[in-house]
Amino acid sequence: MTTLDREPALQRLHEMVRMRRFEEKTAELYSDGKIRGFLHLYVGEEAIAAGLMPLLGAQDNVVSTYREHGHALARGVTARAVMAEMFGRVDGCSRGRGGSMHLFSTAHRFWGGNAIVAGGLPLAVGLALADAMRGRSAVTVCFFGDGAVAEGEFHESLNLAALWRLPVLFACENNQYAMGTALERYAAQPDPCRKAEALGVPARRVDGMDVEAVSQASAELIAAVREGQGPRFVEFATYRFRAHSMFDAQLYRSKDEVERWRERDPIASFEARLRQRGWIDDAARAAIDAAVASEVDDAVAFADASPWEPVEQLLRDVTTPRAAP
Amino acid sequence: MTTITYREAVRAALVDALQRDDRVFLVGEDVGRYGGTYAVSRGLLEQFGPERIRDAPLSESAFVGAGIGAAIGGMRPIVEIMSVNFSMLALDQIVNTAATLRHMSGGQVSVPLVIRMATGAGAQLAAQHSHSLEVWYAHVPGLRVVAPATLADARGMLWSALQDPDPVIVFEHVALYNDKGELPEGAGAVDLDRAAVRRPGRDVTLITYGGSLPKVLAAAQTLAERGVEAEVVDLRSLRPLDDATITASVRRTHRAVLVDEGWRSCSLAAEISARLMEQCLYDLEAPVARVCSEEVPIPYPRHLEQAALPQPERIVAAALATMGGR
Repeated sequence: MTTLDREPALQRLHEMVRMRRFEEKTAELYSDGKIRGFLHLYVGEEAIAAGLMPLLGAQDNVVSTYREHGHALARGVTARAVMAEMFGRVDGCSRGRGGSMHLFSTAHRFWGGNAIVAGGLPLAVGLALADAMRGRSAVTVCFFGDGAVAEGEFHESLNLAALWRLPVLFACENNQYAMGTALERYAAQPDPCRKAEALGVPARRVDGMDVEAVSQASAELIAAVREGQGPRFVEFATYRFRAHSMFDAQLYRSKDEVERWRERDPIASFEARLRQRGWIDDAARAAIDAAVASEVDDAVAFADASPWEPVEQLLRDVTTPRAAP
Repeated sequence: MTTITYREAVRAALVDALQRDDRVFLVGEDVGRYGGTYAVSRGLLEQFGPERIRDAPLSESAFVGAGIGAAIGGMRPIVEIMSVNFSMLALDQIVNTAATLRHMSGGQVSVPLVIRMATGAGAQLAAQHSHSLEVWYAHVPGLRVVAPATLADARGMLWSALQDPDPVIVFEHVALYNDKGELPEGAGAVDLDRAAVRRPGRDVTLITYGGSLPKVLAAAQTLAERGVEAEVVDLRSLRPLDDATITASVRRTHRAVLVDEGWRSCSLAAEISARLMEQCLYDLEAPVARVCSEEVPIPYPRHLEQAALPQPERIVAAALATMGGR
């Protein structure tokens, strides 16, 4: 495997630490009542967004799920805008209307935060269709979990994308559970790659705990998609270290299993590798922590200071305001 | 004036849209080589090619969702769903995605999508091809729902719908496709916001939409022969409803009969009845009457199917009952 150069490697470590600290802070804020609703943390899965997202350009599209804080941050949506959204304030990236599960930023071609499992896949196909019909060389990356593979929309969407040779990278974050139901308990055929292949989409399995493996494989797949070779499917094998949401007693998995995966923590393992290469020392690592802590504190202060939408504005943005006739 | 069928009027609207805006394309099951289930898009594949007249697999959720994605990606898709019954397979995309994106994104993402679908009974297609589920969509904030009942609206509503920045669902009643009539030369875009008075009258207001309009006009003719002048209001837009036109008519006539091919329970007729109660109860001289479909899945045999649907005789009887049984 080719490795990342020093600077990009350090940036990806920084990005993963940033996601981790940001989300750990949101879990605290949830306990404090600042954030409500559902809160689905990406902790443990950071290598995927950190490895893939820097490979995309401004013209590319990202469609995501309800576990998307890391995707949005890695795509460039500011920590301030994401935090304010989770607080439900008007300076949030969706004016506070969406919350944790519905982060949007058209400036980043980040098309949400879709909380219907597999609901984002048809949307991604359509974004790619628009690019193909307009002759643009953009790529659409569609993130979803392994649970989505059981949905009809997965099968319909991969077929359509392959049939029309559309530029979509279907990125399956296989964290081994559809909420609390283990993969082998819901899938007669537990290998999502075989399903994708059966639908005419070339598929590849990648270690989603290794940011360099993610980066290398994603670069190759995105290049193939961008060249017009049609859609690709990638399964990132990963694990969520924390509960499905904040209301999950985790009765369905053992502490031993969680501990085994934690030994492969994408941040700790990558940091150890970078230390072996002599690219980072204690001081540099502490500098990352300090920068991230400062950014997260700033985001929280920003969100806390952001106003609530006046209730008189309740009905705005249901439909698009018409120009005066 | 040219003589034209409803089907040809819809086709003319499609051709016009495809010619005027290169972002417009048509996608759906059998819209291309087959020429459309109801032959609406016959010839379009030859004229516009497979990029813009796209045959889709039997994957309603995927091709409706792809329409949404293409719309936010800068295109102006027209998605055809073979029938409203089949649209249930795309309900997730329509209700959870198309209708919500603008709001969930805090106003960033509008969805300029048009979905056309056939609706209604009368062709003995039984209980999975014949229902009128317009009200399911009319229930949902974020959607606009229209029902062209006339040739002019079949010709004009599509372009107006394409100019709308939000998702618009166009319901075409299957019983109308063969209707024939005169269409003025140069007929084009129409106002989507307003209901239309199709026949003026002073005694009772008959409110309807879509495939029931011809039945209501026939009933109004019968009533006229019996000395009752019925005003016929065609809703045209099912969401939003044009309360002003509806209530203005009822305030003049003081009586209302609502004719709706949907089932009575939780129907559009129920919604309009509630609005009349809220807005002009004291103008009414008789209880609001409803003529809806019987609460049964549409049966196959013709006599049972017809018995399940609103018919002119039932409309006449309901109107006379509001007049004190005259």
